[in-house]
Amino acid sequence: MERRSRLNETLKFGTRFGTFKEKFMRAVFFLAALSSILAVVLICYFLLANGLPAIGEIGPASFLLGKEWSPSDTPPSFGILPMILGSIYVTAGAIVIGVPIGVLSAVFLARVCPKRLYKLIKPGVDLLAGIPSVVYGFFGMAAIVPFAGNSMLSACILLGVMILPTVVGISESAIRAVPEHYYEGALALGAGHYRSVFRVVLPAAKSGVLAAIVLGVGRAIGETMAVIMVAGNQARMPISLFKGVRTLTANIVIEMGYATGLHRDALIATGVVLFVFILIINLSFSALRNRAL
Amino acid sequence: MWTPGRFGRGKPGRKYEPRELPLTQDSRAESKGLVNCFDIKSLNLYYSDFQALKDVNMEMEKGKITALIGPSGCGKSTLIKTLNRMNDLIEGCRITGDVRLFGEGIYGDMDVSLLRKRVGMVFQKPNPFPLSVYDNIAFGPRTHGVKSRYELDGIVETSLRDTAIWDEVKDRLKKPALDLSGGQQQRLCIARALAVSPEVILLDEPTSALDPVSTGKIEELLITLRGKYSIIIVTHNMQQAARISDMTAFFLLGEVIEYHSTETMFAMPQDKRTEDYITGRFG
Repeated sequence: MERRSRLNETLKFGTRFGTFKEKFMRAVFFLAALSSILAVVLICYFLLANGLPAIGEIGPASFLLGKEWSPSDTPPSFGILPMILGSIYVTAGAIVIGVPIGVLSAVFLARVCPKRLYKLIKPGVDLLAGIPSVVYGFFGMAAIVPFAGNSMLSACILLGVMILPTVVGISESAIRAVPEHYYEGALALGAGHYRSVFRVVLPAAKSGVLAAIVLGVGRAIGETMAVIMVAGNQARMPISLFKGVRTLTANIVIEMGYATGLHRDALIATGVVLFVFILIINLSFSALRNRAL
Repeated sequence: MWTPGRFGRGKPGRKYEPRELPLTQDSRAESKGLVNCFDIKSLNLYYSDFQALKDVNMEMEKGKITALIGPSGCGKSTLIKTLNRMNDLIEGCRITGDVRLFGEGIYGDMDVSLLRKRVGMVFQKPNPFPLSVYDNIAFGPRTHGVKSRYELDGIVETSLRDTAIWDEVKDRLKKPALDLSGGQQQRLCIARALAVSPEVILLDEPTSALDPVSTGKIEELLITLRGKYSIIIVTHNMQQAARISDMTAFFLLGEVIEYHSTETMFAMPQDKRTEDYITGRFG
């Protein structure tokens, strides 16, 4: 009888103590998880609070579609269409250069490469992801600009290289996730290794590869430092591959240091536009990923 | 581009007529007069150190259905993978002995791609490609160089009619093959194998993932294909072997214990171990 009551007490105490400890820890985990949401919400708030009034003041149409960006003129004009197009062109160029190379590398790594070579190439590709973008910028200045000039082309080539690790990594895991029996089925019909891989395995990995491309787009459009170092950054409508171009990110970084008043707010509004781009890209990425799984 | 509505009612005079598939030339002529599709002599197969097949000697008759039965791990799947050299994919797989397809050694200088065209295979799990129904069937012929739309259309329709699935899929040829039911997928896989006009069809437990109705349809289908193709089927289901096959081989631990006509095999097995297995006492 006595033992039982003591046991009960222990249990009760233990439970009560456990409850407190568990509640406390749950609160800690919850707060930790909340912090990233909080960061997103704060970013949204400050971006929109500073950017939207500026867009209102300039006028959405003349801000988004205006072809002239001359903030120090009187009266100043704040049209960011050149930068929007600049970002889109440069990103498209990076995709044209980076995606074929990246997807073919992924096929090679996943289905062709001997194990020993894989151990050499894979860390190399991963290392590419870890190189700071300013180092890419130096590389671009030293190795690309002498041939292609400070131009859109240089930026495209450099960004094409920079998105490789993203495209290769995600495409490779998508290709590896394709069940082996597709490959075997193709072989059993008399198809060779490459025909089986390119006509059956790669199409089966289609949504994963598309997700890789979308993520590459996200990386390219948000890239700042490396682009500034090779793109020339003239704030005018992009006219040629071999002329300078300014992207949305470059516009913000270059002028933020000295901008005041409406000029400063217009730069923040440029950030809003960039943010919307990234949002669209992320949404399409999650849509693709859900379809892939 | 091919569109669903165009099929069969495009140009006048292009109506469906059953005809010989474009891929039937080559070796079929040579095989005339020969009784056996496969001659296997003292075949040994090792996976690294493990011997999976021990001194297998078998002659498989042309145009017949040969069933391979036996408990799991007895080497029957390994044997049929040897017949179209799918074992080449497995690291550490070593083969000695002689396997002849209509008199030609398949481990000599025979082109593997041609071998697999002549010896089709259907797998345990239905594995249609994640492509449209049409492209699934057309994959094989395209691999072997058939380009003309007209010929491909003909092959697709003939293959699907031969496997009695045409009526079920004719309106959805452009739809993904993975939307079909499991049984339909497996018949599609058989159709896909037929599309390259093989001489032999290997089936590795083709119905073990299917419900009884689909299983019945596949069995009927195999019986209709008998004679036109030589069929070698691995099955766990002894009733299935009894129902459809002409010859049955019983495998145990990599050895052929008995190889007879199916009637003899099930009516009066010679070996005690065979009797135990087919009466369900072990395995």
